[in-house]
Order: sequence, then C-alpha cells, then structure tokens
Amino acid sequence: MQNRNSFKPVATNLPVLLPIAETAKRNALLERHEGTFRLNLTRSHLIGLIGIFLVLGGTAEAATPAGMIGPFEAIFKWMGFLLWGPEGTLKGFSLNLIISFFSMLVGTVAGVTLGLMQVSLLAPVRSGSWFVTQFFRNSPWLVLLFTIMFLFPYEIDLGFVVIPVPDWIKAVIGFSLPVMANISEVVRGAVRSLPSGQWESAESLAFNRRQTMWMIILPQCVKRMIPPWINWYCILAMATPLCSIMGVEEAVSFTTQALNAEGDRPELIPVFYSFLMIIFFVYTYPIARWSIRLEKKFAVKT
Amino acid sequence: MNNVATDTNWTPDQPMVSIREVHKSFGDLEVLKGVSMDIMKGECICIIGPSGSGKSTLIRCVNALNDIQSGSILVEGQEVNDPELDKLELRKKVGMVFQQYNLFPHKSALENIMMAPVNVLKQDEKEVEERARMLIKKVRLEGKENSYPGELSGGQQQRVAIARSLAMTPDVMLFDEVTAALDPETVKEVLVTIQDLAEEGMTCILVTHEMGFAREVANHIYFTDRGVIVEDGSPANFFDDAKDPRTKEFLSQIL
Repeated sequence: MQNRNSFKPVATNLPVLLPIAETAKRNALLERHEGTFRLNLTRSHLIGLIGIFLVLGGTAEAATPAGMIGPFEAIFKWMGFLLWGPEGTLKGFSLNLIISFFSMLVGTVAGVTLGLMQVSLLAPVRSGSWFVTQFFRNSPWLVLLFTIMFLFPYEIDLGFVVIPVPDWIKAVIGFSLPVMANISEVVRGAVRSLPSGQWESAESLAFNRRQTMWMIILPQCVKRMIPPWINWYCILAMATPLCSIMGVEEAVSFTTQALNAEGDRPELIPVFYSFLMIIFFVYTYPIARWSIRLEKKFAVKT
Repeated sequence: MNNVATDTNWTPDQPMVSIREVHKSFGDLEVLKGVSMDIMKGECICIIGPSGSGKSTLIRCVNALNDIQSGSILVEGQEVNDPELDKLELRKKVGMVFQQYNLFPHKSALENIMMAPVNVLKQDEKEVEERARMLIKKVRLEGKENSYPGELSGGQQQRVAIARSLAMTPDVMLFDEVTAALDPETVKEVLVTIQDLAEEGMTCILVTHEMGFAREVANHIYFTDRGVIVEDGSPANFFDDAKDPRTKEFLSQIL
C-alpha cells in the first residue's frame, strides 16, 4: 500500500497531451493525495450545454411537422412532470435528489466506519476492510446496482408485518456501496496525511490510541475530508440516472415516458436529453464550486 | 547489568535515568552500539554529536517512542525495556519536546496545554486552567492564551510545547533538538526558558547543537558518534580539554 501511495505521476510525453501536461500532472497529484478523482466543472461547460441545447432545439424546431408542437413548447409542457412527477408525487428529478441524499447518508456512515477500520492496529481488521473497500471501489456501479436489485426481495416478511421494499430504496442501497468504499478511502487518506509528529506528541503526552484518534487526529481530518466528500456527492448525484434501467421512476425514465407520449418523434429526443443535462448541471455546479472554495480556504489556514 | 533498583526501592539518591549498554537497530542498521549513562535528579545533561550519530534515537528510547533490542533503561527504577511496560504510565513521568513543536493546530495555546492533564490525568478542569495560565506566564507568553499555533512564531510555539509538557508535572524532560528548526533570533527565548527550568531543579536531557548553552547550563556533556559515546565530562573539561581526536575534530568545526 505504501508503494502505491508514494508513486508519483510524471508529466506525459505523448505529444497530443503536451498542452495539458502540467495541469494533468497537478490534478493527478491532488487526486492521489485525496484518494479520489475530482469533478472539475467550469462555467464554460454550462455555456457549452446551453449552446448544444439551443442548436438541437433550433434544428428540431425547423424539423417540426406542421400541426405538431415544437420542441421548446414540448419541454415547457413536460417540465413539471420531469422535475416533480405527476401531481407532487416527488418522482422525476426530485427522486434523483432523494436517492442521492439517502445514498450519501448511508454511504458516509458506512464509509467512515470502514475507513477507521482501515487505520486499525489489528492486522485482520485492516486487511479485511481494505479488501471490502477495494472491492466496492473498483466494481462498476451499474453491476452493483443490478446485483442489489435482483438480490433484494421486493418485500420483507417479518411474520407479523410485511415491509415492502420499493425500487428506489434498493437503488439507495446499490449506490451507497460504492460511495461507502470511496469515503472509506477519503478517511484513510486524511488520517494518513497528518504528519507523524501529531501521533508522537500525543503519545509522549500519554494519550492512549483511542483518545489520540478522537481528540487529536480526527478533528484535524474533518477539514481535509469535507472537500472530497462534497466532490463525491456531486459524482453520486450525476450517477443516479443509472437506476432508470431498473425502472425507478426518476428523471431519465420520465423523459423516456414524455417522449413516448409525444409519439417518439426523433427530433425531440436529443432536445429533451440535453435539457436534462442542463438541469443536472445547474444542480451540481454550485456544489462543486463550493467544495473548491472550501478547499482553498482550508489550504490557507493549515 | 549491575543496577538492581526496581520500582519499589528507587530512592532519589539513585540515578533518575539509568541507561546501560543500550543497543538499537533499524533493520540492518545499528544506530546505538552499547550506550550507557546515568542522570541524577536535578541534573541537566547535553548530548551532542554529528547528525546520524544516534542521539535523537537514544532519548526517544527513554520514553519508549522507540524500543530497544538489548540493554536496560531504568526511569526511577522502572525498566523501560520490558514488554509488560505500561508505556502510558511511563510517559506521565517523562515529558518530551520535539524539533517540530508538534502542537495540535486545531487547539489554542491554552487548550494545547490543558488537554493532557484534563483528559489523561483526569484532573479538575478549573485547577488545570489555573496551572496552564501560570505556565504560559512562566514561558513568557502572556496574552497568547487564545492564539492558535498557526498564529504563533516558531519560538513561541516551541515555548507552548514546553509548557504543554510541563503541565503533566513530569519528573524528567527530554528535549530533542528543540531549537534546530528555529530562526536564530528566536533560539535564545527558548534556551532561556530551558535554562530557567534547569535552574529550578528539573531533570533535563537535551540533544542539542547549541554549544554555548551546553557550556553554560549543562552539568555533564556526552559526545556521541556512530552509535557510541566517544567522550563525556563536565563542560569545562569537555570544551577545553577534549582527549579524543573525533571530539576535537567536531569541536573545531563547530566552535
């Protein structure tokens, strides 16, 4: 593990990558330090997305047969349905958000526990938690999602009461697994990144390991963990449409339904999906920027 | 091993720290090759020598931050080289100050000093605070109680670190090159603090490069090179009448 962490990426010698070599190297170092890759959203992405949306929309407008509603009008008509579901059922895009909140909650609690196990003094605990972390960190999210969807019953019969397990709850469980593994790495990285002098001075003041961890090490780690934690939330929020494949009634499923209702007109398809991309971007972008700002603020202080 | 003192029969007329034939290796590299010394209560001794001669390793063994392969270290009659040793009990008696200060950056100066007595010794918070404020005064940092380590200079941080160790009321203080990371103009304020301590009768073991300080304050000086003690003696004998050629060469480079 030590070797893996001490490996330093070098600037590329591929000619095609040379213009971004320095930036790429800096980002790679930062990502390795945090144990996570980062989302670099900029305003130009939004301008690009709106540009694509307008160009596609304009083309579709021109291709609209006489007597049919145009793409912008169609989106306006379906907007409420896509964002909140029919009559405030909290489906569509709001279900994406609900799934992301709960997955993050479960994933964080489990991930912090797993991460602390990764810095345990007991070798079996350490290697066991390392294996679990690596397993879920390196599994494709979609595969995990399918596995949970098919492994979990649609209801749990406790004998006296039957608890239904709706699809979106299964999706929450499926998403929280990779989140757990990545948060575990974030915790391990933060604990490892503290200078060893902090441990030594705590030891020489006769703090036991537990006190050292909870009073001295972890309070300093929280600051370091918040930016990558927010970053992982953004990645998760953008991954939630994956569960549309399992029939969860979130934004992408509803977009497909709306397009069906409009008679599957081919010119509408790209317009609707690019509109969805803008919604996701508008939600994620401020959060991603916030994490970068926090990071700069913390970097100055310590 | 001729020292038979144990936990129960140690008396202040015996050495407070007794180091006998200590061997220590990191892998294949033997850094201590049979080091012995005695430190009496109230003595201040300085260990000097070129880098990599094992002097820091030696004092880190005294509070069990490093373990040793063979030999014996007795602190107030208690054997440190003992797998059954209660390290935390030992460290309550032995304070240590590091080259890099190692203050807790998320706590203010006062909180840094109070943390261990309150949480480790379970002492009353009010009393500890009173004592912490006195210690701050003692290291001449009045008004900095609520400053965070990041807001203090190196010399100020190091003095907070000294006060933090003293708050545990240790019997022995270990200083591991505590001025090596400081700007020349702040070295003095830290040395004066240590000198005060030594004059009050605190037992001090210093690893240092400050020859002027060693000459003025130390009761005894040990010169180490490549894991052995080459020469030792009182400051006057050591600085003016060194016998060993290695000592002479080192002193001629430094003085």
